[in-house]
Amino acid sequence: MKKINSYDELIKHKKEIEKNKRSELNKIIIKISLATCGIAAGGSHIKDYIIKRLEEENIKEYIIKDVGCMGYCYLEPTIEITLPGYQPVVYGNVDEHKIDEIIEKYLINHEIVDGIIPINYETI
Amino acid sequence: MSYQRYCLVCNSSKCGHYSKAIADNIKHYLRENNIKDIKVVMTECFGLCKQGPIVKIMPDNIVYSGVKPMDTKEIVEKHLINGEVVSRLVHENKKSKQLKIVLRNCGFIDPENIDDYIEKDGYFALAKALKMSRMDVINEIKLSGLRGRGGGGFPTGLKWEYAYKQNSDQKYVVCNADEGDPGAFMDRSVLEGDPHSVIEGMLICGYAIGSNKGLVYTRAEYPLAVKRLSKAIKDAREYGFLGNNIMGSGFNFDIEIKYGAGAFVCGEETALIRSMEGERGEPTSKPPYPAESGYWDKPTNVNNVETFANVPVIINKGANWFNKIGTEKSKGTKVFALAGKINNVGLIEVPMGITLREIIFDIGGGIKDGKRFKAVQTGGPSGGCLTEKDLDTPIDYDTLLAKGSMMGSGGMIVMDEDDCMVAVAKFYLEFTVDESCGKCTPCRVGNKRLYELLEKVTSGKATFSDLDKIKNLSNVIKDTALCGLGQTAPNPVLSTITNFWDEYVAHVNEKSCPSGQCKELIRYIIDHNKCVGCTACVRVCPVYAISGKVREPHTIDQDKCIKCGACYNTCKFDAIYKK
Ligand SMILES: Cc1cc2nc3c(=O)[nH]c(=O)nc-3n(C[C@H](O)[C@H](O)[C@H](O)COP(=O)(O)O)c2cc1C
Ligand code: SF4
Repeated sequence: MKKINSYDELIKHKKEIEKNKRSELNKIIIKISLATCGIAAGGSHIKDYIIKRLEEENIKEYIIKDVGCMGYCYLEPTIEITLPGYQPVVYGNVDEHKIDEIIEKYLINHEIVDGIIPINYETI
Repeated sequence: MSYQRYCLVCNSSKCGHYSKAIADNIKHYLRENNIKDIKVVMTECFGLCKQGPIVKIMPDNIVYSGVKPMDTKEIVEKHLINGEVVSRLVHENKKSKQLKIVLRNCGFIDPENIDDYIEKDGYFALAKALKMSRMDVINEIKLSGLRGRGGGGFPTGLKWEYAYKQNSDQKYVVCNADEGDPGAFMDRSVLEGDPHSVIEGMLICGYAIGSNKGLVYTRAEYPLAVKRLSKAIKDAREYGFLGNNIMGSGFNFDIEIKYGAGAFVCGEETALIRSMEGERGEPTSKPPYPAESGYWDKPTNVNNVETFANVPVIINKGANWFNKIGTEKSKGTKVFALAGKINNVGLIEVPMGITLREIIFDIGGGIKDGKRFKAVQTGGPSGGCLTEKDLDTPIDYDTLLAKGSMMGSGGMIVMDEDDCMVAVAKFYLEFTVDESCGKCTPCRVGNKRLYELLEKVTSGKATFSDLDKIKNLSNVIKDTALCGLGQTAPNPVLSTITNFWDEYVAHVNEKSCPSGQCKELIRYIIDHNKCVGCTACVRVCPVYAISGKVREPHTIDQDKCIKCGACYNTCKFDAIYKK
């Protein structure tokens, strides 16, 4: 990566990032809460399992992102899913069984399933 | 099957009692009306537990609160069939209790991807600050009203100004990421979830005070935080945000990570500086303050992780945006780590001035297992407990101090009716006794004696004059200890003795522990009306304290009993009780 040498270059770089992200808009984005708390609750295993299941289902257009603590320690492992054109949905306390259900019903059929965490904060 | 609408029913903590009935009823009425394209979905907590049970209709985005099973017919017929909102149940105030400023990116971006941070306006505050004069940056922070999030609440802008005014060939910016309070994990979460925000805050501070060197002091027990921070520092160097001539401004700055050994006292700024120099982590008396003479005797500005994470937002959005949030003297938000006997254990961020009731009973989902709230400890081992009567006080730095507690770094531990407050005070004091560095007598000896006095209370050997001694000694320690650790160590004792005097008295007068927690004061007794003489308890008692014939009521020999509770846990007939 080349250095960012001025304010203008920073703006330019941000625009480039945004442009590259546009190609992500038609992909499924799955964020997995992988801070110490999430990892302790088995988040890494859930991540591996999701990747395995997506492969089995032949779903290719997806991005998996490791993110920090979402704040729901009592509901770890926690994942957030954004389907193309939909609002993000967060699921807590996920296990293999829940992942199967989410993939089958939500990812494939866009049908929301039990266990979502409603957004209970405002942000800037 | 694709659904047109969803009916979200809260299935967590308080709402949970009704949620099944509510969901079943809605499903029933949907079936009755032959509606197939609406699905009922169970959800986790909405953070509105006081107003629960909650039902939300999507995508209409209508929230109903205080819903009873008998309201469901109306919701289905009026709203779901006729499209008319049931106005009497609508939850009007859609504003959430939480506001994420520090945690703005935490859980949203990949902390190891610098582009994710830049996409969220990362490093724009730095770019903006570099175009401002150094004093303008400091004035902006002063005007914002930001106060240190590490516990003391000292105004950050003022601190920066002191450091700025020092004439020196070398100054340092130190980020205090020691976080030693039991039960606190705010700083760890920020470093793990959004390390660049801390780096950017430190950079802006470095520019403002005229320093080219930053140090992050953290503990080896935070390996993931260290890994992500190291990656972030490396990426920031590659992009030229750290290094020489940053963004063509002529400003140079770099950051190094220093590892602490995990002692609580090393979170105190002077001890922290000694520890970074390779000395024993012992505090020194102030003045001189680190801003005049700190790391290697050079002017050093120490701030907490969360304090730094606020800085980029203030520069980006302006002090006048920031200082509208919060109370008169405490601006912005505070991150708390909610722990203890609470349903929704987690990391939360709330505007200053929120009440404890909102935190515990809305966001926190109330007390576990439907038990009664008793107290909440803020400020960790240096803080105090707040009780029922404080639930509606808007919390900020000053109100908490006035209540005999403190903001601290943000640990919040909730206690229920089963907790003995004398034992709680003893627990915290044990922590500080262990963590005392031993440099000064009031803390080294005084707190140990105080601990022994508390032990007398919890074992039923104390007298009223001991309670007096506890109060006196606490005050002497507060006045004479060298550093904050010793000075604040008696706080949990003083605050519990004030708020829960009756409990102390019960331990002294009746030699009993009202919550049944103090082992030495409990007695296990067999209820002869319930005991069937199954002998299960006889077999588990490790000290052969239980006797009795088969099929006849048994008895526990109190002199032999070691109060392990094995019999209590074994009895299938509820015949053994604690007293
Ligand atoms: C015993 C003791 C432990 C402390 N531990 C911490 C800590 O873990 N993190 C922290 O930021 N400040 C801690 N402090 C407060 C620091 O001394 C210092 O005030 C703070 O880092 C300043 O940053 P701020 O102005 O941003 O709050 C501690 C103080 C004492 C007396
Ligand atoms: S108060 Fe305690 S921790 Fe602080 S200097 Fe004295 S002995 Fe050390």
